[in-house]
Amino acid sequence: MSGRAALLLFANAARSNRVLVASVVTIMLLAVVAIVGPLLSPHSHITTNLDARLLAPTLSSWHLFGTDDLGRDLFVRTLAGAQVTLLVAIVASAVSLLIGVTYGAVAGFFGGAVDAVMMRLVDVLYALPFTFFVILLMVVFERSLLLVFIAIGAVNWLDMARIVRGQTLSLKEREFVQAARLIGVSRLAIVLRHITPNLLGTVIVYVTLTIPQAILMESFLSFLGLGVQEPDASLGTLVNAGAGHMEQASWMLLAPATLLALILFCFNFLGDGLRDLTDPRKQK
Amino acid sequence: MLRYALMRVVGAIPTLFLVVLVAFIMVRAAPGGPFDTDRVLPAEVAANIERAYHLDEPLPQQFRRYLTGVLRGDFGPSFRYSDYSVAELIRGALPVSVKLGVLAMALALCAGISAGLVAALRRNTLTDRVVSAIAMTGVSVPVIVIAPLLVLFFAVQLGWLPAGWSSSGGGSRWIMPIIALALPQIGFIARITRSSMIEVLESEFIRTARAQGLATATIVRYHAMKPALLPLLSYLGPAIAGIVTGAIVVEQIFGIPGLGRLFVQGAQNRDFTLVLGLVILYATVIILLNLVVDLLYGVLDPRVRRT
Repeated sequence: MSGRAALLLFANAARSNRVLVASVVTIMLLAVVAIVGPLLSPHSHITTNLDARLLAPTLSSWHLFGTDDLGRDLFVRTLAGAQVTLLVAIVASAVSLLIGVTYGAVAGFFGGAVDAVMMRLVDVLYALPFTFFVILLMVVFERSLLLVFIAIGAVNWLDMARIVRGQTLSLKEREFVQAARLIGVSRLAIVLRHITPNLLGTVIVYVTLTIPQAILMESFLSFLGLGVQEPDASLGTLVNAGAGHMEQASWMLLAPATLLALILFCFNFLGDGLRDLTDPRKQK
Repeated sequence: MLRYALMRVVGAIPTLFLVVLVAFIMVRAAPGGPFDTDRVLPAEVAANIERAYHLDEPLPQQFRRYLTGVLRGDFGPSFRYSDYSVAELIRGALPVSVKLGVLAMALALCAGISAGLVAALRRNTLTDRVVSAIAMTGVSVPVIVIAPLLVLFFAVQLGWLPAGWSSSGGGSRWIMPIIALALPQIGFIARITRSSMIEVLESEFIRTARAQGLATATIVRYHAMKPALLPLLSYLGPAIAGIVTGAIVVEQIFGIPGLGRLFVQGAQNRDFTLVLGLVILYATVIILLNLVVDLLYGVLDPRVRRT
């Protein structure tokens, strides 16, 4: 599938698959709200106000989602958390695109011993239970958002590399690649100019399928206190704080939990929808 | 088959070795020693502590000592709970975690397979849509959201089930943790079962069976079931990993004194030896269970053995 075919696919999707389009629109809306919302609110996500602790959601002082046990505004904190979640989605996609596609395309195109060694390395890395190594990493080094991103990136490119390699293997036997070779185009140029653009459709589908896993990993780490650190907020840390205060202040749990579930729903529907669209067995 | 089995078993050994090596190096690469505190220790005291924990030896020697210890089930002393060895802490917490994991896995398989089969057999009906929607919810809503919501609803609001873990509590304290842990896997298993059953039902040998006039129940039971459930076997590996990581969250939320809570406490206290030991234990369990799944696959599907 070429880049233009991928665009056509999205155009067709808009007509045939409402759930897919609804999830794309919801994600975009959430992104806008997550960025603009905190700017419009009079509160900041780290300012504490001990006179306004555990307030239920109210319109009067613009605490739309209420306040937490330190009097911080939950509307702004939840949206700050959503920013982190969406940032994780972008970083995860970027890493699996950059490393996974390059790695897979090189292995697939050069084939032979290069391919064997490169894919063997992927197999070995694949067998390691990464979640536990990521937690170990968080224990050993200073916890920071950057480290969370590195950890997620390290896991994320493996699937992509495998898929891209398989696609490249079949693409390089096609006539247009042989024609390019015949007229003396360099190997690097063939990979970059002729093979990679043709991978685009498959790659887009698999990128969207890996995003929910990356989001889960970040929220999991933050929930355990090993990811984003106070006073900054992530949906994972907010759910954890909410779980601790659910008896007096259920809104502390409900707001971030609902938002996290909503974001994951959208990305799952998006990935499933795109996969079904490109699966020839499901096209009638 | 023997050759296939041997190759799989031998192939798992370097991975296990790599796990121990990488985990060990990561802990030793930590900036600052494990005993760095705000209080400055006299040089002799620091040297004594280092000698007691063999931190003064060269790294390869430390690794050899650690590896031989691990092979004998000795993970060294805990850095934080100074009266306990890591192995003792693990032994205390292991049974409750194993019970939780096994029960959740059993529930996930029973509920997931039944739901998937029902949806596949009543394809494109209301039942199918309801099952698919519930499965999508299970897949999308993470354990860190499900578990607190269950507590909020069934313990805080309705008061039907206990919110936490009391050592004297009966069977009811298990209900919510098991359901929270199983739900995401029920979703995945139902989806896999549904799509693979539909695929099998459309294949030619099932059409032949239909043409012979066999009853649907007979076809499903004797012809379609085995090939339809085979893809599930390859999902067992990820399912086990999902249950094990999910248990970390569930134990934390319900206050269950299992391995997961030990792990999180160790991680938060920077108890290096405890976390190192648990990472190795978790990794070993997952790699070994994956090996069992691989071997089972070889037994059930002869095509796999030849590759």
